[in-house]
Amino acid sequence: MIGSLELTQLQQLWWIICSLVGALFIFMNFVQGGQTLMFTLAKTPEEKTLIINSLGRKWELTFTTLVLFGGALFAAFPLFYATSFGGAYWVWIAILFTFIIQAVSYEFRRKPNNFLGAGTYEAFLFINGSIGLLLIGAAVGTFFTGSNFLLNDYNFVKWQHPLRGLEAAFNLFNISLGVFLIFNARTLGALYLANNLNHDELVGRCRRAAFVNLLCSLPFLLIILGGLLTMDGYAVDAATGAVSLEAGKYLDNLLGMPVVLLLLLAGLLLVVAGVYLAHYRKSTQGIWLSGPGTVLVVLALLFIAGFNGTAFYPSKVDLQSSLTIYNASSSHYTLTAMSYIALAVPVVLAYIAYVWRSMDAGKLSLEDVAKDGENEAY
Amino acid sequence: MIEALDLSMVNWARAQFALTAMFHWIFVPLTLGLSFLLAFFETLYVRTGNEVWKRITKFWMSLFAINFAIGVATGIILEFEFGTNWSNYSWMVGDIFGAPLAAEGIFAFFIEATFFAVMFFGWNRVSKGFHLLSTWMVAIGSNLSALWILVANGWMQYPVGMKFNPESARFEMENFFEVLLSPVAVGKFTHATSSSFQLACLFVVAVCSWFLLRRRHQEMAKRSIIVASIFGLFASGFVAFTGDEAAHTAGQVQPMKLAAMEGLYDGEVGAPLLIFGIPNLDKRPGDDLPAFHEAVGIPYALSFLTNRSFNSFVPGINDLLYGNPEHGVMGVTEKMALGKQAVEQLAFYKGAKKVGNEAAAQQALVGFEEISPYLGYGYLNSAEEAVPPIALNFFSFRIMVGLGIFFPILFLVFVFATLYDKVAEQKWLLVTGVASLFLGYIASEAGWVVAEVGRQPWAIQGLLPVSVARSNLTAATVAGTFFMFLFLFTVLLVAEVRIMLKQIAIGPEEN
Repeated sequence: MIGSLELTQLQQLWWIICSLVGALFIFMNFVQGGQTLMFTLAKTPEEKTLIINSLGRKWELTFTTLVLFGGALFAAFPLFYATSFGGAYWVWIAILFTFIIQAVSYEFRRKPNNFLGAGTYEAFLFINGSIGLLLIGAAVGTFFTGSNFLLNDYNFVKWQHPLRGLEAAFNLFNISLGVFLIFNARTLGALYLANNLNHDELVGRCRRAAFVNLLCSLPFLLIILGGLLTMDGYAVDAATGAVSLEAGKYLDNLLGMPVVLLLLLAGLLLVVAGVYLAHYRKSTQGIWLSGPGTVLVVLALLFIAGFNGTAFYPSKVDLQSSLTIYNASSSHYTLTAMSYIALAVPVVLAYIAYVWRSMDAGKLSLEDVAKDGENEAY
Repeated sequence: MIEALDLSMVNWARAQFALTAMFHWIFVPLTLGLSFLLAFFETLYVRTGNEVWKRITKFWMSLFAINFAIGVATGIILEFEFGTNWSNYSWMVGDIFGAPLAAEGIFAFFIEATFFAVMFFGWNRVSKGFHLLSTWMVAIGSNLSALWILVANGWMQYPVGMKFNPESARFEMENFFEVLLSPVAVGKFTHATSSSFQLACLFVVAVCSWFLLRRRHQEMAKRSIIVASIFGLFASGFVAFTGDEAAHTAGQVQPMKLAAMEGLYDGEVGAPLLIFGIPNLDKRPGDDLPAFHEAVGIPYALSFLTNRSFNSFVPGINDLLYGNPEHGVMGVTEKMALGKQAVEQLAFYKGAKKVGNEAAAQQALVGFEEISPYLGYGYLNSAEEAVPPIALNFFSFRIMVGLGIFFPILFLVFVFATLYDKVAEQKWLLVTGVASLFLGYIASEAGWVVAEVGRQPWAIQGLLPVSVARSNLTAATVAGTFFMFLFLFTVLLVAEVRIMLKQIAIGPEEN
């Protein structure tokens, strides 16, 4: 059945799947947001431990989503994986480091004799939630602003900037995307904690934090949207595959794909609605609006980058080296085989949802963490 | 295709991958094996209702978690490194190699990540049965993740189910099931997982031996030892069986690796398997020096291991390099000549395509297709480059096998000593039990040295040498990140060992 799809259809399908995994990762960044919030939200060491234990039950899902995002891009768009990772070397190494230090921090933080001290592991979590997301934002920003690479006849990459990817962080659009991701993650983090904790005072602070962080994210959102609607984009000629700079390309994409425009608007509305519920209606369910809202916004951004005759990973220095979902993808056979594997994704989502519900049926309290004891609690 | 080669960059990239993989492999086998032991312990708890088994489960679980975290942290580095340091590889084989990595994410990592949280924090939140299921799911998920990454590794050792596409200048998958079920992939998975079970059992035995030496937590220690020793004994049998198969398969599909493991320069009919030897480090392919200063072997055993026939011919390094028409062995020198033609034809094809000369392109393509299997050899500078380091392979193989024979004996002694309730008094046995943990790690790492060093200089056996697979980076850049990782790993290892020792010193909860 899937095998009878055209190659272009499979390429589009896989751009949708990769975008969805990427969007879910950004939703799951509430863990990273919580990691940067805990220093201000918690007034006592016990409260901080409560927050970390709440996040600690979810961090691996976020981490795994990131790994799957990488794996899916590798499998479906190997030329992107090779070009970006091998080219924008330092930005990926920096991102990698922020996730390595995250992975050990939950488990090691409170363990006796942990060598670096609890404060260092908490700092690791903060670095992951701030610098990690900033750099991810900057890297994703290059989907619109372009990168500095050349591909030879054999598709081997040569990067043309000495900073090897870190130069992305010196562009207003890219850096705004990074900062927006941080504040959005903090908003989601606050909403998640408000939903997950059984601690009235802390939940109150979470509600306020969600509102404040949403406000902080707005200027950066305006820069991103303003930039997106006015900047030149990298258009691909459908007949020849030639890439050229086109004025207002991303605005055209939005207007040319009303569904995507709808996704973007609905997503933004949902994010705001979630925070509104939490802040003004004292609801704990805000995360279930703002989270899916974030997914829709990210989906819309990635669809603008990849669809409607657009190069999703453009090269500023050599337009014809730019990557499109059509020239960067795996073969028909591999995309077909992968699509069969992807049929398992709903099952995966179902058991994650089931386990999440079972585990979070009772909200987490200070007493629960104390009951988990020294060996289990983070 | 490749401009000026920067071999030192390649070597830094190799060193970095070796460092990361070996560091990762300190933690992974314990995760793979201990997860099943946890499942066994908890099953005993659920079936008997005896709280002692619950305390045992929780104690090993706390050690499992410390180990698991650092395994996760180092695992993601490997995924990134394929892209950062080996970007040409990622492009050229991503069509095949990426699929198992994505499948690993979908089928395995989410099972681990989801049920891990239940296993640790679900004691008071979910039913006993669901908790037990979660513990089993963590074990199954961990081992499934090993399956997919070892399928990917197996494909690198024995590339099947694919073809080279000159249009895109990359390898493309033709048959997913050939990749999944290749004998090397199956062999890798079964050998790596069973040896990991063995290592985890050694870990449990070592910690419990230490408790018994200190006369602490004696009941818990004896119960743990009996479960671990029996599981270790079964695992050891499986390790031996799969190891024999792995060596046999290597002889069939990676004869150079087998020749390097044996230090066999000149092929023989009825070749002996060396038990021990001192390789002559001055020996080079094609010269007349003896390969060993001293060597003791079992006659005919290597021929039997390789071909399942005592009087069969096993090719040596010289046969594989320079050819042996009598036994139908094509040499690397001949393959290199064809490979260089293939490289030229491919370049000609790409050039003709670029200028739109379709006729010339088709002509080059026909010429290329005939000799394309040798393309990789066209990038070697000399035949001798195709020989992996001999002494390292020779000794690593012997250390692995020797210890692989020792461990089941040790487990057997522990089983009997514990069943007859004599284990606590056998100080020599307990000291051996503690020391054997280090031997377990040495055996496990030695196995990977044989597997990976033994296939050098190939990233993909016979198709893609590491010199082509690399990224376009300077040696200084990769050396820089090598030392960054070295520093980070050292800090993490110190933290991990200190925490682990402290947790062991604290020990399980007592009544």
